[in-house]
Amino acid sequence: MHNSPPAINLEDVRLTLSAVAGPVNILNGISLAIAAGETVALLGPSGSGKSSLLMVAAGLESATSGRVTVAGQDITRMGEDGLARFRRGRVGIVFQSFHLIPTMTALENVAVPLELAGIADAFDRARDELGAVGLGARTDHYPGQLSGGEQQRVALARAIAPRPTVLFADEPTGNLDGATGAEVADLLFALPARAGSTLFLVTHEESLASRCQRIVRLKDGRIVADERSA
Amino acid sequence: MLALKLARREMRTRLAGFRIFFACLVLGVAAIAGVESLSAAFLTGLAEQGRTLLGGDIVVHLVHRPANDAEMTFLSRHGRVSQTIAMRAMAYALKNGVEDERQLVELKAVDGAYPFFGAVSLTPAQDIRKALRCEADICGAVAEATLLDRLHLQPGGLMKIGTQVFRLSAVLNSEPDRISGGFSLGPHIIVSNEAVARTGLITLGSLIDYNYRVVLPSSGTVEGFKKEATATFPNAGWDIRDRSDAAPGIRRFVEQVTMFLTLVGLTALAVGGVGAAQAVSAFLDAKRAEIAIFNSLGADGALIFLIFFFQVMAIAVAAVVTGLILGALLPFAVEYAYGSDIPAPAHFALYANPLLLAAAFGLLSAIACAVPPLARARLIPPASLFRDLVAPAAARGALPYLIGAGVAGAFVVGLALLLAPSPLFAAGFLGGAAVGLVALRLIAEALRALLRRLPRPRSPTLRLALANLTRPGAATTGVVTALGLGLTLLATVSLLDHTISAQVKDRLPGTAPSFFFVDIQPDETARFDAAIHRFRSAADYRRTPMIRGRIVSLKGVAAKDAPIAPEAKWAVSGDRGITYAATPPDGTVITDGAWWPANYNGPPLISFDQSLAQGMGLKLGDKMVINVLGREIEATIASFRKVDFTTGGQNFIIVMSPGLIDKAPHSFLATVRVDPKDEEPLYRGITDAFPNISTIRVKDAIAQVNGLLQQLSDGVRAASLLTILSGLLVLAGAIAAGSRGRLYDATVLKVLGATRGRVALVYVVEYGVTGVLTGLLALGAGTLAAGIVCRQVLEVPLAFDAGVALLTVIGGGAATLLFGLIGAVSALSARPAAQLRAP
Repeated sequence: MHNSPPAINLEDVRLTLSAVAGPVNILNGISLAIAAGETVALLGPSGSGKSSLLMVAAGLESATSGRVTVAGQDITRMGEDGLARFRRGRVGIVFQSFHLIPTMTALENVAVPLELAGIADAFDRARDELGAVGLGARTDHYPGQLSGGEQQRVALARAIAPRPTVLFADEPTGNLDGATGAEVADLLFALPARAGSTLFLVTHEESLASRCQRIVRLKDGRIVADERSA
Repeated sequence: MLALKLARREMRTRLAGFRIFFACLVLGVAAIAGVESLSAAFLTGLAEQGRTLLGGDIVVHLVHRPANDAEMTFLSRHGRVSQTIAMRAMAYALKNGVEDERQLVELKAVDGAYPFFGAVSLTPAQDIRKALRCEADICGAVAEATLLDRLHLQPGGLMKIGTQVFRLSAVLNSEPDRISGGFSLGPHIIVSNEAVARTGLITLGSLIDYNYRVVLPSSGTVEGFKKEATATFPNAGWDIRDRSDAAPGIRRFVEQVTMFLTLVGLTALAVGGVGAAQAVSAFLDAKRAEIAIFNSLGADGALIFLIFFFQVMAIAVAAVVTGLILGALLPFAVEYAYGSDIPAPAHFALYANPLLLAAAFGLLSAIACAVPPLARARLIPPASLFRDLVAPAAARGALPYLIGAGVAGAFVVGLALLLAPSPLFAAGFLGGAAVGLVALRLIAEALRALLRRLPRPRSPTLRLALANLTRPGAATTGVVTALGLGLTLLATVSLLDHTISAQVKDRLPGTAPSFFFVDIQPDETARFDAAIHRFRSAADYRRTPMIRGRIVSLKGVAAKDAPIAPEAKWAVSGDRGITYAATPPDGTVITDGAWWPANYNGPPLISFDQSLAQGMGLKLGDKMVINVLGREIEATIASFRKVDFTTGGQNFIIVMSPGLIDKAPHSFLATVRVDPKDEEPLYRGITDAFPNISTIRVKDAIAQVNGLLQQLSDGVRAASLLTILSGLLVLAGAIAAGSRGRLYDATVLKVLGATRGRVALVYVVEYGVTGVLTGLLALGAGTLAAGIVCRQVLEVPLAFDAGVALLTVIGGGAATLLFGLIGAVSALSARPAAQLRAP
């Protein structure tokens, strides 16, 4: 497994954002290689740059300098539309606040990335994915008609449906209560394992992080620890 | 007051969401204030210069005959008198003593006292009396430059009218009393009374208007004069006008145009009202947290309503004041831009009443539109407000608030109707606009429901576009209603314009005669008939006796006191052409009653226009008194006829039985249609042989009418753009209100792998469908409205125009698409990371 090229490879990645008070250095020379199929947790306090690192790795944000390679493709200098096309089928993302399209049913939400990736039986697969997260009976419900846990399960189904090379998850249980969060967390680990996807999990929960094979700790935009779980 | 204090505190936050509300109100109020101020400037100008425009304090008008000695004595006893004569005649250029080019002219003959007020402007400048002086056999004349052009004459050149030769002594630039005259068929020319008597055209029964201008001494009053004139000469059949209404035609025109434009302004306010209601809803939506907090702190519904009502009204007041300032400036802008080119007298100043009226319209409209959504906010608990967009609450607001909004709306309508010179038209217009608004809204709702039931498209682009159109809180309905009403008005006006143009340009030349001949004398009819029949293409030749008379009473009630519908009033407001016939003229359609026997010789009978009879409440057997040449003739209505004024031919509202009227001195009117190739030979032949007969080319008259119609329809169309502008503002507001949702959707789609082109396609479909749908609905509604007007008012078939249809549908689609895409630029260009990072 470790001989294959890394699913994510960051080389001296820096990210500087401009703010009213002046430029703010968010990431300060991050180098990180994540192997295909690996489950990695990114831990750190608020403001440490966890979410920014996820965005850079997922191609949602362009690094100010350094090199970002995901699924064997250098995405560092890709334009916005190039990044969008790159994400199709290769990258799945789960957000803390779900980010479902409110005007689409659960089924349609899950089908969207499959359709964008040009998959013919998008709806059948979307239905299967919803079944897999226990929402086979709620396919025609709109996000507004679903609970938070259910919405996150739809988001998870949507992210995993195209069988992405990497599944990014940004505080996926942050908006959920304990029991619901635990259910979502179980799915979060089960689904990528079944799909053979790499999991890149941003969290501040030690217990959730400990379920990953590897824990990377971040502070002030720098990696301060990179350890294998026991 | 606590609510006011809290409202003031609340207003420290930005009120950017009210930009469209503000703009719509400014637009509507500025339009009404501007139009009404401009109208006040013209009406004041007309009133102030009444004496000059009329040429005296009073004008006594007689047709066919001059005032007799007794009448002249009476007039002279009351003040200084000046006599003028107005008629149509043919003028011939004299080249080497031979008659050459010829032209129908509007001839005015004046005496030495003319003009009492103002001055006749001539080039070269000189005294009018000197310019008109007769020397030996030649008299002086002054004419408008167009006559010189058409006759190819220079100042000093000779021309002939009737049997008299005139020398053109100057070019006539302006007459002080020109505006009080009527519609001109030819260039104006002024000669002296002495000269016109020498033309041989002054015969009893010829179509000649005699006007006596009287300047009263300071002790005399207009009312006193009128009373005494009527008492002394009850049968004179004269028409007396005074300086308070010197140019009733212009005044009526100004009043009607003002009414129309004010109604358009009100429609713009109504269209803007849709946007205003949306803005208030969006404002409250953004204020849900505050409402919840106020509520939890113990503020009751009434207090919450007032806090937000005051805020909305503060913006409304600011908008109304801005609109009033812009509107008040309009007359000054018009004066600055057009100055001396303005054809009617105007007194440009600041007028309070128009501004008060516009302010009332603006504030009442704001209340009517803002209170219903505000009332919902005070009634619905905060928890429900949170869910309102997903599942709209059934509550419609407390009844008293809705009644209050309804009363404000009713005041707007009531005020508009009260002030309209034609309440029926105003009611029809406002009713049509209201029905249009409601119908468009209902259809838009129905379409949305239909779209919601459509099978979901497989393409995510189409699906998202469809979802955007049908989602709860979507602006589709508001946009279709607001922009749709503006487009409906434009489509209606354009289709009516097209129908009237088609009528005048296409249908009329096919059915209308080529020539009208006026003042054919009884002793030359046989010769005239023969002259016409020499042309083989002469068709539909009709020669009819004509005399002018005035309806003085209906069913024993004086015409001025009789209850007559506004649309029929014109028939009693002056002299009308009357004819007589033993048998029904060709093409007569009797709708009720029977024609008199061919040899009838009893008391006078009348065949009367059926639609006017309806407006006057007349039935068969009713009596009507008509004054002809100072003699009153009582006649009984024997039948009603359908008179089609759209044919352009001879149309007499009154046909009398022979026996009495034919004894009065009168002339004949004739019409004929010839092939275009025969028009010029016939024109020259008839005018050569009959210099006393006025020959009117219908084609010239149609061209003139066409020009006037074109100007009018351009103006009306420009006015209807105001409502479109208002609709576009609402559209812009709706798009701005939905920008957050669009940004969110775009971000998620991009995260899932959609390119910007793909996201843009969603908006193209969404706004394209909305726009084209709006255009189609507006075209349907406009066609329906124009069809109703054509059928009920114009009584002509609607001429549909593909150009108007395309313009409405494509225009609606393009405007919506353009605004939509401009609004979507921020969503398309926003980077997902920035949006995902935003709180």
